[in-house]
Amino acid sequence: MDVMPIGRMRSAGASFVLLMLFWVMLNGSLASDVLIVGAVASAAIALIYRDGLSIFTEARWTPAAIAATFGYIGYFLKELVKSNLHIAAVVLDPALPVHPGIVKVHTRLKSRMGRLLLANSITLTPGTLTVAIEDEWLYVHWVTMEAADQEEATRQIVAGFESYLEVMYG
Amino acid sequence: MAAALDILGGLLLVAGTTFLLLGGLGLVRMPDVYNRIQAGTKATTLGTLLTLAGAACLHPDWAIKLLLIGLFLLFTNPLSSQVLAHAAHRMHVATTPATEVDLLDEETGEEA
Repeated sequence: MDVMPIGRMRSAGASFVLLMLFWVMLNGSLASDVLIVGAVASAAIALIYRDGLSIFTEARWTPAAIAATFGYIGYFLKELVKSNLHIAAVVLDPALPVHPGIVKVHTRLKSRMGRLLLANSITLTPGTLTVAIEDEWLYVHWVTMEAADQEEATRQIVAGFESYLEVMYG
Repeated sequence: MAAALDILGGLLLVAGTTFLLLGGLGLVRMPDVYNRIQAGTKATTLGTLLTLAGAACLHPDWAIKLLLIGLFLLFTNPLSSQVLAHAAHRMHVATTPATEVDLLDEETGEEA
């Protein structure tokens, strides 16, 4: 059997820990039979999906990155609430003030996980929905389009999340 | 203490269901599939999270499991919306006439 490269092994190890943590939290028990079943299942899944993405893939473990993670979560929750109020206002307005468009924005993020989180964050925030990603370009549907211009759209949609994700994943 | 938690839980449940109601209203009112997906994604995310938080206040012993459900939702909800939108675009589902630009169309040369 081939020896796994270190990076992949670390990624599989991180998946194992995460899966095991979920298992224990869902069971709410530390009985030995529960732990054994969980360990076997977690190890199997971590090995089968060792090439897949997990939130630890390509993550940096510097103090700045960990601080940025908390900053990101706070910023994300704030944007999520704003997003909901914004859409609620549009839906309740009798005139239904939608002027949608699909704009193209650019990201500086290089890592796969960074881009995935960016696309997901955009989808969950004010009136924007990621339709497609091609390399460093994202196509975003925007309910109340404010700028078709690529630089302006990038600044409004991407910049906020990117500044955190850049430190977390690069 | 328990009474205060009950009241907070009730309020959170009401707020959550209000957002879910608005999401449903958005599905009816929005003009095309992309805007409907938007209404469906946003309002239901916050609505469900608030409902889960309310349930956690009423049943504190469920809190950890409810938190896990919330996390799962945050990771899967945007993904399914994105895949639906992309699939609709590839199927050339028409956008509303109010749509101002569609740069994805121009780039790929697909006619809507």
